[in-house]
Amino acid sequence: MAADAATPATFGVPRGWRKVGRYALLIAIAAIVLFPIYAVVLQSLKSGKDSLDHPRSLLPVDLTLDTIRSAWIDGDLGRLMLNSLFVSGAVTLGVIITSVLAAYAFAFLRFPGRDWVFVLFLATMLVPAEVTVVINQRTADSFGWINSYLGLIVPSLASTFGVFLVRQVFLQIPGELREAAALDGVGHMRFLWEVATPLSRPTLGALGLFTFLGTWNAYLWPSQVVTDEAHRTIQIGLERLKTPGDISKVNLVTGGLVVAALPIFVMLVVFQRQLVRGLTAGAVKG
Amino acid sequence: MKRRWRDLPPAVAMLAASVALLGVWTVYPLVRAIQNGHLRCDATGRRCRDAGWGQYSDVFMSDDFQHALGVTVKLVLLTVPAGLVLGVGLAVLADKHLRGIAIFRTIFSSTVATSVAVASLVWFVLLQPEIGVLSDLLSGWIPSLKNPGLLRDPDTALPAVALSSIWASLGFTFIVITAGLQSVPKDLYESAYVDGAGGVRRFTNVTLPMLAPSILFVTVVLTTRALQTYGEVALLTAGGPEPDKSTTTIPFLIYGRNSIIHNDLGLKSAAAVLLFLISLVFAVVQFRGLDKRVHYGR
Repeated sequence: MAADAATPATFGVPRGWRKVGRYALLIAIAAIVLFPIYAVVLQSLKSGKDSLDHPRSLLPVDLTLDTIRSAWIDGDLGRLMLNSLFVSGAVTLGVIITSVLAAYAFAFLRFPGRDWVFVLFLATMLVPAEVTVVINQRTADSFGWINSYLGLIVPSLASTFGVFLVRQVFLQIPGELREAAALDGVGHMRFLWEVATPLSRPTLGALGLFTFLGTWNAYLWPSQVVTDEAHRTIQIGLERLKTPGDISKVNLVTGGLVVAALPIFVMLVVFQRQLVRGLTAGAVKG
Repeated sequence: MKRRWRDLPPAVAMLAASVALLGVWTVYPLVRAIQNGHLRCDATGRRCRDAGWGQYSDVFMSDDFQHALGVTVKLVLLTVPAGLVLGVGLAVLADKHLRGIAIFRTIFSSTVATSVAVASLVWFVLLQPEIGVLSDLLSGWIPSLKNPGLLRDPDTALPAVALSSIWASLGFTFIVITAGLQSVPKDLYESAYVDGAGGVRRFTNVTLPMLAPSILFVTVVLTTRALQTYGEVALLTAGGPEPDKSTTTIPFLIYGRNSIIHNDLGLKSAAAVLLFLISLVFAVVQFRGLDKRVHYGR
């Protein structure tokens, strides 16, 4: 262990056999964690018969796009993806707009009763979807929004979390900046658009990423508000591939899974930093 | 702070959209669900009468709710400790300056990209008794993988659902704990080392206390997710296998398409409000129990 006592810069870095052991352990665990993804991706790249021939199904040979193509057609995946893209895009845009506006009011305006209203806002964060969905389904029904894009989009357009997050960033912008702008005759909307929003771009990016992912991946609400084929999102629609009756067609599910997950994987790789910042926002200061 | 009345009109305009949306889709349904929890409806779900607050205790004490509560609590116990230990273990393992560690970090974070539906269907395919690759390869050790299938055996269905959840949450846990580890000051380790603390003591006396805020956060999030498990059950087992209903969680009891209270607005509302209260109890207990040990670094 004398090696460990070297310079502080290399403190805690394993050496020699311990290093080999550490790599072996890392590789073994990585293989277990990746196995489900690997197996599904390979099955989706094989013909129906090859994909069921285990364990040969795990070898990257005889690859074809036929399964994904059939899944695309049988599952009407193009339609499902467009629905998800439209709904997630609309919700993301809407959440950013409503959050920025409300956050501005809480951060830069000094209207009477502001702090009370803000506490009430925060309190709504405690209400879980599981309680509200029962009634919201009725409300959507009474608006005629069952099986419509409005039903999928509108209930998610306001986000207390978003308001809170953006407000935190706005509070870091010096109040003098707003005062000076006001003296120059710059109105609220122009200050918001030309100063506050550009200064908070990284946070808005993280909020947008999380809203998009959350909406794209949502299951409970879409499953309650949509029953027809035309408005299904990809998460709800994948189930159709699961019950084709014919057991030899179960591998079509793997094609659907790859299509559904691929855009998200790409997004996460591109936006890795924003993702980590967003996920850890709640953990840093407890 | 000096209040300014002239700020009121722009504030109203800017808050209008959020207030209206939260009012209609969050506050109103909460109030309405609490009220509707009083209703008892007939079989058609059309005619309802007021059964009073007593309905909440009736629902809570009912066999179906108690069964679902048991399943839900079991799921919390199956997923949260295991998910936490795995996440912390992996994060600590990957927190060394080894060549190529970034690749391992990406792999361990990767399941964060899976949604409830994607993760559940991945495991549905892998565990399919007739054609699933895991069922095929491992049936020598675990015969129930083939017959009747992990998800169709009343004893293993819930652990299989838990396995899918743990796997799906691993990426999230890993990312949060890794970020927590990176904020631990390195000189703490060095002083502990100089004071003669071995690897185990450095972990229990430095790493764990400094990680406590991240661990508390992950524990609360994982518990909330487990208490809200719906999609996994809908896709993997549909609440079954029957007749034991061994995977019917409270959310599935409320929202499942084949649930016995599917058409009863009053019972659904009461069950939903009870689930909310149960979640609050869990969160309060966790904050009380863990917060004392949390070191926020100031």
